[in-house]
Parts: sequence; C-alpha cells; structure tokens
Amino acid sequence: MLKYTEKIRETAKRLLAEKKVDVFIGYRKGTVPMMNEPLLVNHPDKVDPLYWDNFCGLNLCNYLTKRTDKIGIIANGCNSRNIVTHIIENQIKRDQLYIVGIPCEGMIDHRAVVRAVKFKEILGVHQNGAEFTVKGHDFEETFEKNKFLQSNCAVCTHRNPVIYDEMLGDPVDEQTDVNPYSDVEKIEAMDPEKKQGFFTRLISRCIRCYACRNACPLCYCPTCFVDESTPQWVGKSVDPTDTMTFHFLRAYHCAGRCTDCGACERVCPMGISMRQFTKKLNKDTRELFSWEAGLDPEKRPPLDVYRPDDYNDFIK
Amino acid sequence: MTEKVFTKEEWLGTLETLKESYKLFGPVKDGDFHTFMPLDGNKKPDFDYENTRLSPKSVIYPESERMFEYSLDESEEDAHILKESPKDYSPCAVLGIRPCDAQAFQIVKRNFDNPEYQDPWWTQHFEATTLVGLGCNAPCATCFCTQVGGGPFHEAGLDVLLFDLGDRFLAKGITEKGDALLEKTAGNPADDAALAAAEALKQPARDKITATVPTDQLKDKVTNELFDAPFWEEVAFACLNCGTCTYLCPTCWCFDIQDEVQGNQGDRIRNWDSCMFPLFSLHGSGHNPRADKFQRVRQRFMHKLKYYVDKYQNGVQCSGCGRCVRYCPVNIDIRNVCKLMNDFA
Repeated sequence: MLKYTEKIRETAKRLLAEKKVDVFIGYRKGTVPMMNEPLLVNHPDKVDPLYWDNFCGLNLCNYLTKRTDKIGIIANGCNSRNIVTHIIENQIKRDQLYIVGIPCEGMIDHRAVVRAVKFKEILGVHQNGAEFTVKGHDFEETFEKNKFLQSNCAVCTHRNPVIYDEMLGDPVDEQTDVNPYSDVEKIEAMDPEKKQGFFTRLISRCIRCYACRNACPLCYCPTCFVDESTPQWVGKSVDPTDTMTFHFLRAYHCAGRCTDCGACERVCPMGISMRQFTKKLNKDTRELFSWEAGLDPEKRPPLDVYRPDDYNDFIK
Repeated sequence: MTEKVFTKEEWLGTLETLKESYKLFGPVKDGDFHTFMPLDGNKKPDFDYENTRLSPKSVIYPESERMFEYSLDESEEDAHILKESPKDYSPCAVLGIRPCDAQAFQIVKRNFDNPEYQDPWWTQHFEATTLVGLGCNAPCATCFCTQVGGGPFHEAGLDVLLFDLGDRFLAKGITEKGDALLEKTAGNPADDAALAAAEALKQPARDKITATVPTDQLKDKVTNELFDAPFWEEVAFACLNCGTCTYLCPTCWCFDIQDEVQGNQGDRIRNWDSCMFPLFSLHGSGHNPRADKFQRVRQRFMHKLKYYVDKYQNGVQCSGCGRCVRYCPVNIDIRNVCKLMNDFA
C-alpha cells in the first residue's frame, strides 16, 4: 500500500497544476503511530505531505458534503461506494469530482495491534509487503497483515473502487468466500431478552461523543435528531435509554445506505462495535431488496422508490 | 509530612482498611483499557498502567449529575419548587491518579472555585476527595506535562504521591489531607534506601518527555489577531466535531443543564457538554455564533491556550496528559496547534 504514496502525490500535483481540480483530499501521516489525518491540498506545491498506508481507515467522502468546488479525492472500495451514495443523495455532483481510485487490500485494526503487543506503548509501525513491524521501547514484533485487518475489511467484497476517473493500480481480487454476516446471525438467533442484554452491554461504555455519527459520511443532516431542541427527541444525560435511542435511530437512518466502511468503529474512543447495528440493516436490505449500497449511481436506493409492480408481497 | 513504604501486597491489603474511611476509586482494567471505578465488590485496582482512557474528572464532576428535583403535582404544596437532590459528599480517595490529572483539577478549580463564583457541587466533591497520585516512571511519547508546568512526579494538586519502586511503593504525604489518609494505613516508615530510590526515579522520567510545546508567547499575542489567524481552517479541516477530545480531557469543564420529566416528577440535570457540538452555542433565537466547524475548533484551542491564559494569569488550560493527542480519531494534535499559536506573528 505504501507504494501508492508517491503516485498520489504525483497525481494530485498534476491535477492541481492542470487546474482539473481546485482542491485534493487525501491523508497525511499522523503524529502518532497508526493514525493518519485527512488533508486538503489546494496548491501543486503542497502535495508532499500526502500519504497512504494501511491505517487510512476513515471515510474521506465525509469531507465532500455540500462542497461547491472541484475536488480530487482518493477512494478505495468502500469510500467510492459512499461517493456513489453521496451523488445519489445530491450531496455532491459527479462532475465536481475527480476520483482517484486505489484498489484496497484492507486496513489494519489498530486496536488489534495494541492487544497483540499486550498494551505496551507502540512508538512506530513499519509496513513491509504482507507484514508489518511494531516497535516499542523494549520490543519489536512482526505480524502478518492479513491477520490484523479491521473486521469490516476482513469480510469486504468490494475492495476495488466502483467509480473512478483514474486508477493508481491494478484491481485486486475480490473476496468471494466470506460470510459478512456470521456475527449478525448469532445475534438474530438470540431470544429478545438476550438480544436486549447484548445490545445494552454493547453500548454500556458509550459517552455520547458522537464520533461514530460524525465520522460517517451518511450523517450529513443539517441538524441531527439528537441535537434538535424544539422539540427535543432524546435526553442528554447518560441514561441508557437515551443512549440506546441514539444508536438505534442512527443505525436505522443508515439502512440501505451503509457501505460497512468501518469508520464509526475506528473512531470510537471507547471501542464500541456499533457496526453490529448497521450490519443487521445491511443484511436486511440485501435479503429483502437484493440491495448493496453505493454500487450504481443510476439506481435509486430501495427505501426511496415505490414501484406498483414491486415483486415483494409485503409492500402491497 | 508522612513517608511510608509498602510492599505491593501490603499496599493492596491496606486498601481494605482504607475502605472503612473512604469510598475508594482506582484504575481498573476494563477490556482494552483502564477506567477509574469505585473499588467496591470484587473490583481490583491495577496500578501497572499508563493512564486511563477517560480522565478521573468524573469522580468530582460526573458526566451527568442531578442538581435539583421537583414535583409537577399541583395537589402537592411544594409543586414546582426546586429542591436540591441528595448528594454524597462522604470522604473519597482517588488512588493512582497521575500527576497530570491532579494538576488538571487545579486548573479546573480556578473556574469552579474562585472569589467571584463557587460551584457548590464541584467544590464539595473536591473537598471530600483525597488524591493519591502515582508518579510516572515511564511517561508516554504523547505526554507533555513538563511543557505546561507539571512533571511525572509533580506534587502540586496531590495529597499523597506514590513512587513505584518495583517491589515496593513509597507513599509521600503532601498535604494534611494526605497525611490523614496515610495515618490510616499500615506500612513502615520510609527508609533511606527507599527515599533515595524514589528520588532517583525523577530525572530519568522527566528526560523521557521529549515533546517541545512552547507556550511562553501566548500571553503576549493580541487576542483578535490570533482569532483571525489564517491557520484555523486548515487546522479544522479534518475535525469531525465529535466530543472525544473534550470528553476525554481532564480540564474541559463545560456543561449543559437539562430538565427531564417523567410523569409528575422532574429532575434538573447537569451534563458534560462540548464546544465541538453546534448545539453548544445555539441561541434561543436560532442564531449560532459558531455555526461553522472551524469556529468551534478555534474556540477549543483559543479557550485552552489564550482566553484561559489571559483570564487566570496562571498558564494554559492543559495539563499535558496527551489523551486528545492519542485518541483524536483524525489526529488533530494540540502540540502542533499550540506551536502554531505560540509562533504566530
């Protein structure tokens, strides 16, 4: 993945110099290991900080919403699907974008790395092909990248960008032998009481910082329902009912739109697996409507179409 | 000033005695990280830790605290009358708090307990609390306490300071409150070897903090010029406007007051709030003076590194714990922003 850094810089420089774009959105290398910072570059002389590695697990589509300029943006599989969703939902116009596609082989789960070195402080991580080396004060360990993928990446079936103007590498093989929903199936099998207990425990640590919501490109409402004050829909204290209301409603707002990019889980300061909610809805929309979000800019999403000849019985 | 030594087992044992006099809070391993929790039931503190994910500010300043309660039942004589909710001000002790987090309470104290304003709940919780610090033998790479007036064994703000000597703890009483706590513990008077070993920990720990975060020029900057500095949009670009930095920060104190009513029973609750949220500054008129993301990001840094500096003349509103540096999901690094502000000409 590191090989893309140079290509990204060259491409951004060219696009900005040729005035094909006004700005270019990518990442810069973070100041702490395994963290990178989204970056907006607006001049061909400023492309050098652009950077790409296996810790670019946010969703850059988040930074496109309602922009009015011409934008170059890096997109791997899931990010490109969110760009498609953004186009469908009129948050950005296709002709404003120059999409620079990167075939993706998955991002590394920084929390899993911290666990693997038994919570010792990590001072540096170096990638070398299919392996990466983690260094601390008194240790150095090498791991196989594939065993440390973010859980959404491990079951991803759309690693290649679905929409792009230029690709920086050859497409990678898509994974076909994965069941993205084995964890959801386990929860589906629980009786209601057990489910309730599972969800209560799942979000018990939530501090209502809303990082999950804000990292999500789908959450672009001018005012989120939790921030409405006239009327106020949700209590502001740490009452578990209010916290649960937030998580459930957030998930339902993502139904048929979520690409399982994993940004919500990546940013959670408390390590909550809130994808357990959105994944269930992804599974439902796939089973009920044969729908996966963000694959085709010409197709309306299932929850905003009505067809008199709909083949589903439950809609008649 | 009491100085005692304990083997680590003795220390854990003596905590059982302390429970008779104090409600104890300590760092408990909770999944992937440590959290300050009440040491009741089977909860065992783990003092072999870097720092907690959330700061211990919630011990004195809970994320949600019921201030008042009231009845809306018109048949009752005191309907609509706010009555203070019962609160627990019995003595408590926070064990193993890091010096940066104790210093953070001193920073916050200037806001909650000053000649013009004394917050009744914060001050009473604070007075009821004894802070038993644990010096940092191995500060993290993201720590910068030494740059903002603290240090790995900084005593100000602590009542007791513990030195981890490997197989033993040396406990040093710093205040009368601290001595009073140590009087209730077992342990032996500190021997010269323990005192020398504790002293020897200090400089190597300080030397491990290599970050340079200059703050010396901040007070001389013209507020409006800094406010209009050209870098804010760039600093704010990546920001998600989530509350991670403010909620994890030991020195962020802003709150919101809400009424919650169920049936005829109402509660007035104070909740942590965050200047990152648009609702934080939304006026009743609908106008929002900080409608844009960069304005909110600017507010956080200007408050910590300029307004606080000017108002209290006592340094920055940051104790260098490094939590926001480590856990900002998009890696906005206060050390860099501070440099930008301090160097701005």
